[in-house]
Amino acid sequence: MAAELTVLTGAYDHDLTRLAEYRAVGGYRQLTRARKMKPPAVIEEISKASLRGRGGAGFPMGRKLGLVPPADKRQGPAYVVVNADESEPGAFKDREIIRRVPHRLLEGCLIAAHAIQAEAVFIYIRGEYLAEALVLEAAIDEARLAGLFGQVKVLLHRGAGAYICGEESALLESLEGNRGQPRPRPPFPPVAGLYMQPTLINNVQTVASVPAIIELGAERYAQLGVASAPGTVVYSLSGNVNRPGNYELPLGVTLRELVFEHGQGIADGRALKAIIPGGSSVPVFTPDQLDVQLDFDSVQAAGSYLGSAAVIVVDERACMVQLALRAEKFYVHESCGKCTPCREGTRWLVRLLEKIEAGDGTQADLDLVAEVCDRIEGKSLCALGDFAVWCVGSYLEKFRDEFQRHVDEGRCPYGGESSTEGVPAPSDQHTHTAMAQVPA
Amino acid sequence: MADARYDRIRKIAAKYPERRSAMMPALRLAQDAHGGWLPAEALREVADALDLAPAEVEAVATFYDMFNLEPVGRHLVEVCTNLSCALAGAKQVVDALEIELGIPPGETSNDGEVTFRLIECAGGCGYAPVVVVDHLYREPTRPEDVPGLVEELRGR
Repeated sequence: MAAELTVLTGAYDHDLTRLAEYRAVGGYRQLTRARKMKPPAVIEEISKASLRGRGGAGFPMGRKLGLVPPADKRQGPAYVVVNADESEPGAFKDREIIRRVPHRLLEGCLIAAHAIQAEAVFIYIRGEYLAEALVLEAAIDEARLAGLFGQVKVLLHRGAGAYICGEESALLESLEGNRGQPRPRPPFPPVAGLYMQPTLINNVQTVASVPAIIELGAERYAQLGVASAPGTVVYSLSGNVNRPGNYELPLGVTLRELVFEHGQGIADGRALKAIIPGGSSVPVFTPDQLDVQLDFDSVQAAGSYLGSAAVIVVDERACMVQLALRAEKFYVHESCGKCTPCREGTRWLVRLLEKIEAGDGTQADLDLVAEVCDRIEGKSLCALGDFAVWCVGSYLEKFRDEFQRHVDEGRCPYGGESSTEGVPAPSDQHTHTAMAQVPA
Repeated sequence: MADARYDRIRKIAAKYPERRSAMMPALRLAQDAHGGWLPAEALREVADALDLAPAEVEAVATFYDMFNLEPVGRHLVEVCTNLSCALAGAKQVVDALEIELGIPPGETSNDGEVTFRLIECAGGCGYAPVVVVDHLYREPTRPEDVPGLVEELRGR
């Protein structure tokens, strides 16, 4: 197959932010085709393509579509909601998609809207993405004027700075004008989502993959990537590599290929120390895991998650206790405060890690870190609590010797010379909820 | 002025199936109109336009990082220090800004010109370290870029 791109196709040869150019490369033809198909046939095609959600969880889009009650079996409207709240540390792929191929995203939205006979599409974009919101707004205006929306309303909704709103039920709360706090489930969004109406909610990249499925057909699409996860994915590569950036590749490339071929290896010839394969929330990998294939099932079999395919490369200069502390300060800042294990547990972890990094940690503190992780995991309404312990827990497990040295030597073994020394964090300034005083 | 904002908020609200969904666009509008932050008066305006109690509006405004409940400077300088930016030397950028601006992160300069603060991952990890100036990304920003950046702000 010549061009193995399905999302950013043509984005680097044309200005696809302009409707005329997008149409010149075949844009919106798949929408026309899809609209000539019966909605169940569109759902069938996406299901057969086994398109798995690119937002983090990897849930099959076809199954979500199938859970939305058909138009004649529901009361009131159904909605399509696009999750463009990309905030996972390490991820910057949705931003690229919005900047480069906003019309492909819109085309995917409209095909999805046809598939579930939705009345409206809401695109929830994180508030920080101002430049991207302007690009998307211009594309929406152009497509609307061209009459491409038909009866469907399309609305861009800007967030205002909260990681938790990338979690689908918190996003829906936020879109309804509330604090972005997750909902208990069931009911799940396809049954009762936005305004308690049937709602299909998917990540930007997932939706932007839909036109290619209609174009290629499910069978040809399924030949890309791996059998358990067909298609391509935009990997966000960052950290200590020579060529960081977004790389759209078939699912299943190895970490080695991504980091050493596309990323051209570790900067300044330094040694690789750790790799985070799916955004800061997932368990860390060590250099002996470079041959792991980057698809949902392979990464999970190796003990982590592909998540949002955000790969962060860490070289030998980093202190893993400092990295754990910085990662955990993110979760303290972003915990919405609703569930006690996550709200309080993340604070305990920060205090413990600060103590260990300062050289005041005891053997019992190391065990306590693991124990607190265990008290948080699986005990909150959403996955943020899990994320907050998968990072720290895995750093402790895989780099136990380094944590141990902090205790044994009574100081950070890097002695102020690490790349992560003294990195400040927003939680040092303020948090979403009042900081409880916990004894260290 | 406030009447015009009331009408604008009502117009935004009419685009949504339920009026309350206009909360965040309305807060953004009110914040922009009140010099970049949300005094009690601004919260009341939003509450009036959306037929809500001011407390409900305040509950939402306090949740999100981009809504300011205290006055901010004329310019906003934000630095991401999350993992990818940290690995790319964000601390050195923070240090350079602290020297150049004369204030630590989290504060506003005495002349009310610049608010300097740290932010969580802004989604520029491949172009780190990321500095956001008045909501527009500067990627990457190195410590040596800082004096010019601050000079540019002071001149604007």
